[in-house]
Amino acid sequence: MSEREPFEPRIVAFFCNWCTYTAADLAGISRMQYAPNVRVIRLMCSGRVDPQFVLSALREGADGVLIGGCHPGDCHYQEGNYNALRRFEMLRLMLRDFGIEDERVRLEWISAAEGDKVQRVCNEITEAVRARGPLHLTVPSDGTAAEAETGSNVQPLELVGREA
Amino acid sequence: MKPKVAFYWCASCGGCEEAVVDLAEDVLAVVEAVDIVFWPVAMDYKLSDVEALDDDELAVSFINGAIRTSEQREVVELLRRKSGAVVAFGACAWLGGIPGLANLSSATSILEFVYRESPSTPDGDGVRPLEETEVPEGRLVLPHFDEDVRTLDQVIEVDYYLPGCPPPASLIAQAVTAIVEGKLPEKGSVLAPDVALCAECPRADTKPEDLKVGAFHRPYEVIADPETCLLAQGIVCLGPATRSGCDAVCMRANMPCTGCMGPTSRVIDHGAKALSAIASLIESRDRDEIAVLAEQIVDPVGTFYRYSLPASLLHRRVDAASATTSGSAKS
Repeated sequence: MSEREPFEPRIVAFFCNWCTYTAADLAGISRMQYAPNVRVIRLMCSGRVDPQFVLSALREGADGVLIGGCHPGDCHYQEGNYNALRRFEMLRLMLRDFGIEDERVRLEWISAAEGDKVQRVCNEITEAVRARGPLHLTVPSDGTAAEAETGSNVQPLELVGREA
Repeated sequence: MKPKVAFYWCASCGGCEEAVVDLAEDVLAVVEAVDIVFWPVAMDYKLSDVEALDDDELAVSFINGAIRTSEQREVVELLRRKSGAVVAFGACAWLGGIPGLANLSSATSILEFVYRESPSTPDGDGVRPLEETEVPEGRLVLPHFDEDVRTLDQVIEVDYYLPGCPPPASLIAQAVTAIVEGKLPEKGSVLAPDVALCAECPRADTKPEDLKVGAFHRPYEVIADPETCLLAQGIVCLGPATRSGCDAVCMRANMPCTGCMGPTSRVIDHGAKALSAIASLIESRDRDEIAVLAEQIVDPVGTFYRYSLPASLLHRRVDAASATTSGSAKS
């Protein structure tokens, strides 16, 4: 991958439908400005964030991943955000052993009323990742230019849905 | 005419070869049904014998081991040309296997450790393997040691996958039978059942409906009850995230599943899915408590990606080029 100059971090954000995504809407309606580096993906619940989603985002070129869910006790599905937390804590430890710094992957509880927190957290992770620089993954390739561009024999990702 | 078959090994331990022998008397039926034309570990054929074959003359090549050197790449590329079908045989060929954990380190740091830093290496002799060496008798060459470990299908096209470390004899026999009878499934299939291991575990009935774990243990730390679900005893067992087909031999021997059968077809990244399955069991809603339990998984990459690091989404440690030999894995 060619070096991006000047470096602008790419952040993928997984926001839950009931709290954090609504908060992002509130931030928008309230005309709060925040870093455009964050690409938001809406999920029904932070508990739906499979660790595979986080790794896929990093694999596909994200420099950081943000997960947003309801505050503890407020989950629309009772337990979803706790499951997100359990997976996140273990994933964070594992990512350290992959050489991926803590600043690149973040979990935040943001209620539907906290548009300002969306603004703050998006700005913070963007700047934290900017300070760390681009994430350099080395995925399989035999070194030929064609393979380097297409990512070699890597299969297209189909993370959602069932097999036919 | 009997179908011609080749066996080859790459970065592997020899256990997969052993598994073929483990067919016991069934191996005679295999030898009866097919013509083995290349099997370096067991029979005296030369690479030139393979080179002399027509393209696609081999019905099938069974290739075990991950790919780490130029020699392995050259031979598997040759076998690919000569074979109608290639079977990635065992966890290493399919997913990278145990040798794949070397992707936590750089090639340089591995060579540095083995030829300089290891306690059994004499200090200061400065001897390193060179790819080319001139000696009075002529020029000697060694294969190139690649920067990373790759799975077989990251190097050549693979038609089928036989999982396991090593593949269970029953699955090998079924695969060979399918090949001989020409009843092979869709290309790209993993030749094993496509459900999680818990489905065939003899302890499945003791797995609680709402399984929660208050502390994780490593197998040596506790004496496991031989009847009860190992996860329910806090022992990290990857059964819920691993493919069945091994007849749960480890659980029958009172040991947890370490994931050698790989993931089911709905999973992209075995380690991430295994992590997800285990983390969800943590019996706490408190961030600090959860962190304490998560830290009880010593060496998470080695635990969840024990057989699949090269096939994983991240493939290798990000800064492996500058990492030390041991990576940051806790000892």
